[in-house]
Amino acid sequence: MGMNITEKILAKASNRTKVSPDDVVIANIDKVMIHDVSGPGVIKVFELWENKGIKLDKLYDPEKVWISEDHFVPASDKVSANNISLLSKWSKKFNVKKHYKYGLGQYGICHTLSHEEGLILPGELYVGGDSHTNTSGAMGALAVGLGHTDIAYVLMNGKIWFKIPETILFKLSGKKPDYIMAKDIILKIIGEIGTDGANYKAMQFSGDVIEKMSMEERLTLTNMTTEAGAKNGIIEPDNTTYGYLKSRTNEKYTPVYSDVDAEYSEIYSYEIGDLEPIVAKPFSPKNISVARELQGIELDKAYIGSCTGAKLEDLRNAAKIMKGKKVKIRTEVLPAAQSIFLKAMKEGLVNTFLEAGAIVGPPTCGACCGAHMGVLAKDEVCISTTNRNFPGRMGHVESKTYLASPLVVASSAISGKITDPRDVD
Amino acid sequence: MKILTGKVIKYDIENIDTDVIIPGPYLKIHDHKELGKHSMEGLDPNFSSKVNKGDFMVTGKNFGCGSSREHAPIALHESGIQAILAPSFARIFYRNAVDGGYLLPIEIEQDIVKKIEDRDELEINLNENKIFNKTQKEEYLIKPFPELISKIVSAGGLINFKIEEQN
Repeated sequence: MGMNITEKILAKASNRTKVSPDDVVIANIDKVMIHDVSGPGVIKVFELWENKGIKLDKLYDPEKVWISEDHFVPASDKVSANNISLLSKWSKKFNVKKHYKYGLGQYGICHTLSHEEGLILPGELYVGGDSHTNTSGAMGALAVGLGHTDIAYVLMNGKIWFKIPETILFKLSGKKPDYIMAKDIILKIIGEIGTDGANYKAMQFSGDVIEKMSMEERLTLTNMTTEAGAKNGIIEPDNTTYGYLKSRTNEKYTPVYSDVDAEYSEIYSYEIGDLEPIVAKPFSPKNISVARELQGIELDKAYIGSCTGAKLEDLRNAAKIMKGKKVKIRTEVLPAAQSIFLKAMKEGLVNTFLEAGAIVGPPTCGACCGAHMGVLAKDEVCISTTNRNFPGRMGHVESKTYLASPLVVASSAISGKITDPRDVD
Repeated sequence: MKILTGKVIKYDIENIDTDVIIPGPYLKIHDHKELGKHSMEGLDPNFSSKVNKGDFMVTGKNFGCGSSREHAPIALHESGIQAILAPSFARIFYRNAVDGGYLLPIEIEQDIVKKIEDRDELEINLNENKIFNKTQKEEYLIKPFPELISKIVSAGGLINFKIEEQN
């Protein structure tokens, strides 16, 4: 039997001709990312290791490492300012050139920079110090989130252990209805398989829906595979992928595709022709309803931000709903990267948001992880384009967050209640 | 591997996520002792006054789902937890706990979670993959660690372990 794309990338990275689920391999890493939360955590690990007599003299390859300032930017207080300062000194010392600093040209949320800047390429094995590293699997790469110790080990040695995951294949077919976005599809899937439905496993997406889907929408799918517990989400590269990368990088890459006789542990088929806009209720992404069943639920805030829901197409869709209207609740729009912010300005989207009464803020993970810049008060109810709604995720532990597509969130901002975009006048 | 003894602190809840284990605002903190003070704050604000050094946490499935923050096993370790017993763990939490050498993620069947009571005294024998409940005078089986995990656990974390020799 052949191998699927996840297995083939891990086989290549571990210099094996064949791998199968449950094999443990030591794989060479093509790219590594740290940010202003995981970076200082990794530096702390190096300090502890140095106390044990294991010193980091140089990185395995500074060219393969990149750094994002995204979680607590602009620096939210003295502690986060010190973290960012520490990271700058560290990247200088270890000669990391690809350090995207805020207020100094292109910067943004790491999982948005990874595609905007063409940093992660088809066939690569990429690890990041953040759970939503899975996002980059939409580029046809194997992208996996790791913690501080594992990332420190990779930075020092260029390799790490992996267990070959089983792969679940999701075949998506049918004509995508108007007002349905990738966010609705992935919420539907998580609602069905649960937050541990793909634990330790790979989630691979294919079918005619994927073939027609834009790069940014594909990234929404893979981004939220993390919420199903997946090791990675992945989409085989095609002309959409190559076209997207063409204007963004000159770096060479070797695409990898699944063998025709590849094996999958499970295959799910979804016909999306009848799919309706979906909302995940507090306090889990699996807690889904169709938006119309929740209509009338009063809201305090709408949030359009994060790696999941503030890419250019997300902003275009939100602006399409909000154009010429006024928001009825506090609405915050935070483009996911400086480059997207600029494009949104040039297309007039930022004007639309501001004229509707929303505020438009700088790229940051900010309130998505309850860190700063617009966190929720006790009992406040928010609808958000982000990816998680666990207790306290976006602020006070007694606040509530509903997750939805940018179309649903924008429609709800206009009415002040949960609203299906098909019901907006 | 040595035999571990300790008392149980039980949360019979599934999908305990990293946002409640160590809430987002503390992600900027990297001092391990300080993180320990905020362990489980999003679920039980009184956790740090209840927990004792060497306790075992017993919980529902998919413990540690959510983010990759290594702050989560660090905070639990600093608060005194030496092992977590659950039917399953989220993958990054599991890796972080083992590779960082902070605490042991031990997989047990769902019905054993139901049998073990809060404050029971347990004896965990990783050589024989057994738990003896000294309070209830019962014995349970645990799911053995895979070979590689067992070696990393014995070494006390990834840094003390020669990964190259495994390939």
